[in-house]
Amino acid sequence: MADEVVLLDFWPSMFGMRVRIALAEKGVKYEYKEEDLKNKSPLLLQMNPVHKKIPVLIHNGRPVCESSIIVQYIDEVWKDKAPLLPSDRYQRAQARFWVDFIDKKMYDASTKTWTTEGEEQEAAKKEFFEALKTLEGQLGDKPFFGGDNFGYLDLSLIPFYYTYETFGKSSIEAECPKFKAWVKRCLQRETIAKALPDEKKVLEHASGMRKNLVLE
Amino acid sequence: MAEVKLLKTWSSHFALRVVWALKLKGVQFDSIEEDLSNKSPLLLQHNPVYKKIPVLVHNGRAISESLVILEYIDETWKQYPLLPDDPYERARARFWAKFSDDKVFPSIWGVFIKQGKEQEEAFAQVFENFSFLEEELKGKKFFGGEKIGYADLALGWIAERVFELEEIGVKVIEKEKFPLVSAWMQEFLKVPVIKESLPPHEKLVTKMRGIREKYLGAAHPK
Repeated sequence: MADEVVLLDFWPSMFGMRVRIALAEKGVKYEYKEEDLKNKSPLLLQMNPVHKKIPVLIHNGRPVCESSIIVQYIDEVWKDKAPLLPSDRYQRAQARFWVDFIDKKMYDASTKTWTTEGEEQEAAKKEFFEALKTLEGQLGDKPFFGGDNFGYLDLSLIPFYYTYETFGKSSIEAECPKFKAWVKRCLQRETIAKALPDEKKVLEHASGMRKNLVLE
Repeated sequence: MAEVKLLKTWSSHFALRVVWALKLKGVQFDSIEEDLSNKSPLLLQHNPVYKKIPVLVHNGRAISESLVILEYIDETWKQYPLLPDDPYERARARFWAKFSDDKVFPSIWGVFIKQGKEQEEAFAQVFENFSFLEEELKGKKFFGGEKIGYADLALGWIAERVFELEEIGVKVIEKEKFPLVSAWMQEFLKVPVIKESLPPHEKLVTKMRGIREKYLGAAHPK
């Protein structure tokens, strides 16, 4: 029986992007459903009654929620191709730790960088870039966080590239050269190029968000 | 021979999860009590990112964040599996564990540090969270099914703390409103490994009362 895979998502969502990349890496065919977050579909509310958020992966009618959980699910179900989590359990623990770190330390700071101004924005930028530098330390000289192969930590982090491209281009080049090289390597992958929306579109969307917050 | 150390404090419910997991699997370990006002060089070395407990040190390598530690323990010691084999059931267990930390804890903290009208309003969130847990427990004794598992260990702090909270005047759950969650709490605390690892009740009540008074005092300075 063919698998039925549906992804409820919102195109600029960094969490949604993680899932899109994971599905692409595994070559899974799926139906993409765009959600209007101001007018959530009955399907979304039914499939994620607890959080009412995207992304939601619906596999043969059963929902999986929370991007980090969805990506691990994808890795465990479609296990014959492109392993996303490391095979060594200590490395797996490290990957989980750092994805949790990204969610705790980078997401809010990134959002505030886009949606605030003045001192608040400067503080958010500082927090974001400090977290980034901590992560760069984890990369070391490896091509990817997963080692030779692109993996769970790489795909969890790459969607944040819009934030550092927009707000810290010169600082990145000056202070995080390994990071910049890693971003370039990731963007060369077909799976990522397909899953990530166009930079201009993201910037337009973010400007729209700022206008709605009456900042401009 | 494998060497397992756990850096913890006596009152941390995050550390308690790890104790429960290790004991359920019959893993021998050394407990190292940390004084968080004077963190040891060992803690700072093994968790430089957050400088927090719990930290599991296995054969010299450190793992931090209680839920990450739980998964590592489950993958390393195969007896008494905490997570099911089926990927969908695993995803569900992980979902409820995350729900515990992302939603339930902040909501209970919210009522713990407030009083009066503010506290009343904060209770709405607690009740909403409990109603989700109530729904999930339909047809099940534990979140893990017939036996306790990963999600039970993650949510177990609720069962453990609810009595201390009541003693200091914060009643978070009514049996009539949430019969399944209430029954789960009782059954969870009956599990021998859980029962024998609980922190000293009076000491915890005193500590929690002190924390609550501090927050209430700060909110309404005299």
